[in-house]
Amino acid sequence: MSEAASIYSVDKVLLVAIRDNITDTDIINLQEELSERIVSQKARGVVIDIAALEIVDTFVGRILAQLSAISRLLAAETYIVGMRPAVAMTLVELDMDLAGSRTALSLSHALRALKAKGLA
Amino acid sequence: MNRPPGEPAARVELCRERDLAAARLAVSKLLDAMGARALRKTRFVTAVSEIARNALDHGGGGTLEVWQLARPARIRVLCRDAGPGIADLELALTDGFSTARSMGKGLGGARRLVDEFRIESRPGGGTTVEMVSKL
Amino acid sequence: MTAAQMSEVQTILAEEFEAVLEAWFATQKREGVRRPDLFSDAESRRQLSELLRAFAAALQQADLSTAVDIEAEAWSDLRLALSEVTLVRTERGVAPWEMTAFVLALKQPVASLLQERLSDDTGRLLQEVSDFGRVVDAFAMHINEHFIAERDEIIDRQRAEMMELSTPVVQLWERVLTIPLIGTLDSMRAQEVMENLLNAIVEHQAEVVIVDITGVRVVDTQVAQHLLRTAAAVRLMGAEAIISGISPKIAQTMVELGVDVGEVTTRPTIRAALAEAFRRVGFSIARIEDTRV
Repeated sequence: MSEAASIYSVDKVLLVAIRDNITDTDIINLQEELSERIVSQKARGVVIDIAALEIVDTFVGRILAQLSAISRLLAAETYIVGMRPAVAMTLVELDMDLAGSRTALSLSHALRALKAKGLA
Repeated sequence: MNRPPGEPAARVELCRERDLAAARLAVSKLLDAMGARALRKTRFVTAVSEIARNALDHGGGGTLEVWQLARPARIRVLCRDAGPGIADLELALTDGFSTARSMGKGLGGARRLVDEFRIESRPGGGTTVEMVSKL
Repeated sequence: MTAAQMSEVQTILAEEFEAVLEAWFATQKREGVRRPDLFSDAESRRQLSELLRAFAAALQQADLSTAVDIEAEAWSDLRLALSEVTLVRTERGVAPWEMTAFVLALKQPVASLLQERLSDDTGRLLQEVSDFGRVVDAFAMHINEHFIAERDEIIDRQRAEMMELSTPVVQLWERVLTIPLIGTLDSMRAQEVMENLLNAIVEHQAEVVIVDITGVRVVDTQVAQHLLRTAAAVRLMGAEAIISGISPKIAQTMVELGVDVGEVTTRPTIRAALAEAFRRVGFSIARIEDTRV
């Protein structure tokens, strides 16, 4: 398992909890591991919990956008959840709105949305 | 750029990728100790992450020093590298200036996140970035 | 200026400490900055004596050959003593100019004493008077800066308090919030609005927020940018923003300015926005059957 995050699988959904103060390599590894898990476990939904992240800089922001894009290509609907207010404001200031990613307030909000679409 | 009097509250050598996390942590801890607001802290630590990554990726490593300033209470960071320098600062501070790992929003973004931002660089002479933020 | 050259002032402070103190005190009295209405003689004397002692101690270490740098380590005790006295005096209502005059009043008595002692060495006398003057001036300036910094802090704090009052987030319904914006929306206020709104989203676990701009006087490119950024931040949190109160005139202006709202939902009135918000959280408003006869 990657050092950057824990990946749990619940039904057809992969839950990814990213840890704080991850290194760039960790999060690149996570990208690889997650794409492989989506395929091997035939996941239809991915929830990435970033509540632990005190900061998201342009590098991590770009990887988050990529994670969403990759999952979408692999037919798994992806939600980024738990972003802190200060992080959201900072990302907007950095001009990174993660336009291609779905977001939800929390893990349970994302799961509810996935269930409503029959994906969880 | 003048060094403020006294010793920095923290100094982090930026040699490996792990040092970026150490730099963020050092600044974050000091801001906590100084009683900074959550938003100020997030903005400043994010900016530090951008310039430290820049020093590591493009400057071949460097040193990051953190100072506590008084009256009014502020935090100051100085990040130097001895890399190739930036030929066109104006361009580097423009969003979309492409680099190896960022989306080209790093330097310009960092500038928007802090109260004071100064950069000195010349080709072959390394780059120094100074950032100051209120709490 | 080295310590050796400065010795006359140092000697005076060592040998005639009490005399200098009394003369300083007297000058302040004469110039009307002693404020006996606020401080007793004993209190004032104690303050002056503390300052003078710190001053004498600092002179032993300070390097006066270059410009007087009050921020240097040698002056730290004096800085501290000075800020304490300044704080005590201003808290009781002493004005900044009075505090400056309070310090400058030290110049004249020391100059007189120097004149007495160095009457046979005019060159040295001039040098010492000028050096001493530089130091006292530096302190007067330091006090001024201190005042400005403190005033700035107060202004910042008051501004923050005012902003909090002017941007209330209201819960309209379970999971639905609104923030009615009134007046102007500059960068600082926009940031405050965003911060309050995002914190309220977490607190109420809100899914839809209505940003109502009915009361915003002017919507120019900058204001439009602030609104769109707020909507973007709300979306990053996992909620949705609806911008309401877009009058026909504002709609026209926005298009003329080339503002593209993209995916952001807009509604002309807060009423239309509320209906949309209810729809999104799964409620509907229905007229109850009229049972009145």
